[in-house]
Amino acid sequence: MTITASETDLLKVDADRLFGRKKLMSFGLPAIVIAYLTYIFFAFDIPGLSQRFEVDNARALVADSYSYKTHIARDNRTGEISAAIEGERKGTYPDGTAPEWVTLGETETVIDLGDGHVVTFGADNLVSYDIPGYGLITAQPSRAKGVQAVLPTEETPEWINASKNRMAITTEAGRLTITRNRTEVFRYFTGWELFFFTLDSPYSGMSVSEVMARALGGEHAQIWQDFWTNKMWRHQEVAWAIFETILMAFLGTMGAAIVALPLAFLAAKNFSPFLVVRQVTRRFFDFFRGVDALIWTIVLARAFGPGPLTGALAILITDTGSFGKMFSEVLENVDKKQIEGIQSTGAKPVQRYRFGVIPQITPILLSQILYYLESNTRSATIIGAITGGGIGLMLTQAMITQKDWEEVTYYIVLIILMVIIMDWFSGWLRRKLISGSESGR
Amino acid sequence: MTDQASGVLDIRADYMAQVRRKRMMDGIILVVFIALMVTGFMIADDRNAGGFWDGLHRFFDFPKEVLSEAIEKIGELPANLLKYLPSLIETINIAAASTLLGAMLGMLLSLLSTRGMAKWPRLIPVFRRVMDTMRAMPEIVIALVLIFVMGGGPVPAMIAIAFHTAGALGKLFSEVNENASLKPVEGLQSVGASWAQRMWLGVIPQVAPNYFSYALLRFEINIRASAILGFVGAGGIGYELRNAMSWGKGQYDDAMAIFLLLFLTIVAVDQLSSVVRERLTHGKNQKVTT
Repeated sequence: MTITASETDLLKVDADRLFGRKKLMSFGLPAIVIAYLTYIFFAFDIPGLSQRFEVDNARALVADSYSYKTHIARDNRTGEISAAIEGERKGTYPDGTAPEWVTLGETETVIDLGDGHVVTFGADNLVSYDIPGYGLITAQPSRAKGVQAVLPTEETPEWINASKNRMAITTEAGRLTITRNRTEVFRYFTGWELFFFTLDSPYSGMSVSEVMARALGGEHAQIWQDFWTNKMWRHQEVAWAIFETILMAFLGTMGAAIVALPLAFLAAKNFSPFLVVRQVTRRFFDFFRGVDALIWTIVLARAFGPGPLTGALAILITDTGSFGKMFSEVLENVDKKQIEGIQSTGAKPVQRYRFGVIPQITPILLSQILYYLESNTRSATIIGAITGGGIGLMLTQAMITQKDWEEVTYYIVLIILMVIIMDWFSGWLRRKLISGSESGR
Repeated sequence: MTDQASGVLDIRADYMAQVRRKRMMDGIILVVFIALMVTGFMIADDRNAGGFWDGLHRFFDFPKEVLSEAIEKIGELPANLLKYLPSLIETINIAAASTLLGAMLGMLLSLLSTRGMAKWPRLIPVFRRVMDTMRAMPEIVIALVLIFVMGGGPVPAMIAIAFHTAGALGKLFSEVNENASLKPVEGLQSVGASWAQRMWLGVIPQVAPNYFSYALLRFEINIRASAILGFVGAGGIGYELRNAMSWGKGQYDDAMAIFLLLFLTIVAVDQLSSVVRERLTHGKNQKVTT
């Protein structure tokens, strides 16, 4: 049993070849990846991205997602002053009222922007802005002469943008814009405005303890009503939308499982003796899966119109294919011994399935179904955005306005919470049901 | 003897009572489930624009319309297929690039969140939560926000899908990692290898086939996702499909060509990946057992 010199040489060559292959793999694979990513870098025109990137949009989006602004505006033709949160009609203060940092007077309105910044709307459309550390700016807008501004310094600082007909001052405390027809002040606040109650509700602006006290005093129905029908945040509709999304996922997943289970028996080798039946069923599954959920959604939306039913059916059809394939694989791996054992007691075919097959496959099927339930919650959001149903639709609608980014943020947070909760719930149910069925049956 | 017989009877009665209880519980669950399905269906039907029973007979109208028009213009089909091939390639590229990027990020996250391998063991829960959040984020959410910021095109879709993929694959990868042997890692540590070297040389070779198999499965899912994102404005074949659909009648041959391309791609990738995955995960064992 000695190894001759030629044999060692052979082994050496073998080892070298193996090493060469490993080397090729460990250097070649990263090289391919880098080459592909380089191709993508140019194919997707990533160098040109910097030009397409809209910084203003990004800034507006980020700022709006955690803060809001209150507009105080004066119509320079009528002299009327209005206050509105985000400048929306839904957030307008009733006539003759304003936030407490605005003092409405007969001739003079004083707006305190905080940190010593004070804007005064004087008589005859005169506007003055006292900026600490800079001085007093006054401006006189008029129809004939445009905006005549007086600055305390010779030079115009870069945060003031002044022309003949328009002036805009942006400071850390807020923003003042003056045109011939309109003078407007924005003050920024952190948070989501009017999240609980809109301004037309008597509970708007109350502290939590006060609202709680009122609720205990018997006003809980009214308080709930005001919160639930909040026009700005539409809590009721949002709750419905989330329910619809979960409903789509539930109906789609469970419906698909119910349809797929009998079909899976037809496609499983050990239960379906006819090759033709098996092949046809399998091609059906492939077809349902291959025609993507997107296409099913389009086709179904034509027949049933937009809504949660369409979404549920789209999920149902696509997942019938996936479930059919998976279930038939599970059925093919069923342990025969158990069925034979049942058969040896004289059981009829139906009983053989009931006691020999079903107990074996239930845990696996349940765990797959529940896994899909969670993933379909996400799909239902996406399908909802296309067909028009559920939280997906609300999200796209809020995005189309391109200004309600705080609502978009709210919906995104809700979607993520919804998916995480469904994930947790399906995991909990899976553990509960599967451990139960293992010990019980 | 009588004692024994009564003991058996007791056991039998006890067993039957248990069976009855079990059956009742199963029955209740079944009834609740059916009630949920039926009411759920009724609510969905109620809130849908068109009813289920009205729509049912119209189900085949649209496919029939598209098909008949496509058959009428069957001569243009090859040209149409060729016309939409570039956008199909873009869709596939979005899926491939996002799978690749997502898998790389997911690999890193999974290594950082597996006990025994993590660089900072204290941060394991943090990385797990990060993966959960990434996984919970539907692609469309990120894509729509990014489309607003950086305009339409493939890049928002790629980032959105890669983000979700990283979370989803990270979780699967970390399950694979838990079954990997730590001995090579310890061996490498004993010769003074850095964390990156330990992972790259000690862990990755063990788990690479499983990683690859999961990534392939994800690639298949991502092709579908990238088609859908195209439909909301992120480029690729989905975008072309939306255009063809909005033109309506007269352009259904275009829609048909797109349907066909998408269908064939998905089926091809599906079949290919299942063959490759079969070979990767079962290849050696299969030959032994069969």
